[in-house]
Amino acid sequence: MHSTGFLGLNGPRAPDPMTFAAAVLAWIADPAHWVGFDGIPTRVGEHLTMSVTALALSLAIALPVGLALGHTGKGGAVAINIANVGRALPSLALIALALPVAFGLGLGLGFWPTMFALVPLGLPPIITNTYVALRSIDPDLIEAARGMGMREWDLLRRVEIPVAAPVIIAGVRNAAVAIVATATLGAIVASGGLGRYIVDGLARQDQARLFVGAVLVALLAIGAELALALFERLVVPVGIRHAARAPDTWSAPR
Amino acid sequence: MTPGEPLVRWDWIFSHLGDVGQRLGEHLLLTGIAIGIGFVLSLCLAQLVRSWSWLYGPITWITGVLYTIPSLALFAFLIPITGLSRLTAEIGLVSYTLLIMTRNIVAGLQAVPADVRESAIGMGYTDRQLLWRIEMPLALPVILAGVRVATTTTIGLTTVTALIGQGGLGYFILEGILRFFSTPLLVGAFLSIALAVAVDSALVLYQRLVTPWAR
Repeated sequence: MHSTGFLGLNGPRAPDPMTFAAAVLAWIADPAHWVGFDGIPTRVGEHLTMSVTALALSLAIALPVGLALGHTGKGGAVAINIANVGRALPSLALIALALPVAFGLGLGLGFWPTMFALVPLGLPPIITNTYVALRSIDPDLIEAARGMGMREWDLLRRVEIPVAAPVIIAGVRNAAVAIVATATLGAIVASGGLGRYIVDGLARQDQARLFVGAVLVALLAIGAELALALFERLVVPVGIRHAARAPDTWSAPR
Repeated sequence: MTPGEPLVRWDWIFSHLGDVGQRLGEHLLLTGIAIGIGFVLSLCLAQLVRSWSWLYGPITWITGVLYTIPSLALFAFLIPITGLSRLTAEIGLVSYTLLIMTRNIVAGLQAVPADVRESAIGMGYTDRQLLWRIEMPLALPVILAGVRVATTTTIGLTTVTALIGQGGLGYFILEGILRFFSTPLLVGAFLSIALAVAVDSALVLYQRLVTPWAR
């Protein structure tokens, strides 16, 4: 398994491209890979279930926090720095740290350790973007709304959230991509999802399985990104589409 | 993780200090090569954008797609081509640095005031002199900000390369997971985070030293 030599150029030899392509196609065409607990539909479903659950939990925690901080303008340093901290947290380390926690709570391997890693990963981009989005709203707009007699809740619901929506959704997009990517690593702690094909493919030296898993994971991550971009187009009014662009709150590749 | 076992066994750490040093060295080497190659490639891409500005869209689109692909998937995708090798690890790591560094180099160069550029041309600077003596130094704070983000994220991603047999601090994390032994797991996780913070602080210090005018 381990290669030697600088840049590993003496490592295992690459398979012949045509033979490899045939092996991949045969793997995909095999009906056995489309049914059962290790079938492609099951694994895609597991990956989506884990990702959507984690994103929903992240949103449920991060959105109220971000809105409260942004609306009141308090805790700005925390709200902005949390994104930097989140970026420095490696996904594999998060999964590793979640494992003893899940075990300590008697929740075992698989789903829960992965959840404990995915949810904290989704929080920073949503909190930071929500805070920044609310803080960067034109103060005249807020004043006008108050002048019209809006209370805090109306102000938030009818002015601040709609105007801040593009930047908030950009944060959700960053969180979603990070969660989909890290759900792949969950396979190391025995969760389901498409990471299984990669981890099992590595363990069994089954390169066709490995390759199909990689392609499916990549498609799912890009799909998540595109789906939320589409969502943004659908919910953001045309009038403010170009008013607010997402700030440079990079989220890390995972 | 076994009941009755302490979360951190210090005796294990003290008896494995040599291993820790080795893995730390591997981690730094993998990260350093990726940042070095990534920076040179990003400089080239930024030069392309400087000459042909219409390339900016396609370049950010392609590097953006690369950035979105999960690291484990990218490594797995490359294994049939380049094997379980350091080359596979570096291709993956380098490709994640391109988006941030290219965007920051382009943004930094574009932020150079037009009159500064004009003065330099008026003083007889050639195109190359203009770039290296005027534009690059002025763009340095923005460029270094990009290098910082790229370095922090690469240190995190390098932990994943342990899965394709390239060592680094991820080795301890995997060992901890496979052996149900929390000590190496925590050592790997803690050191990779500490390394990211330490290298980032060093880069901030470097930035303060080389750009005294930006303080």
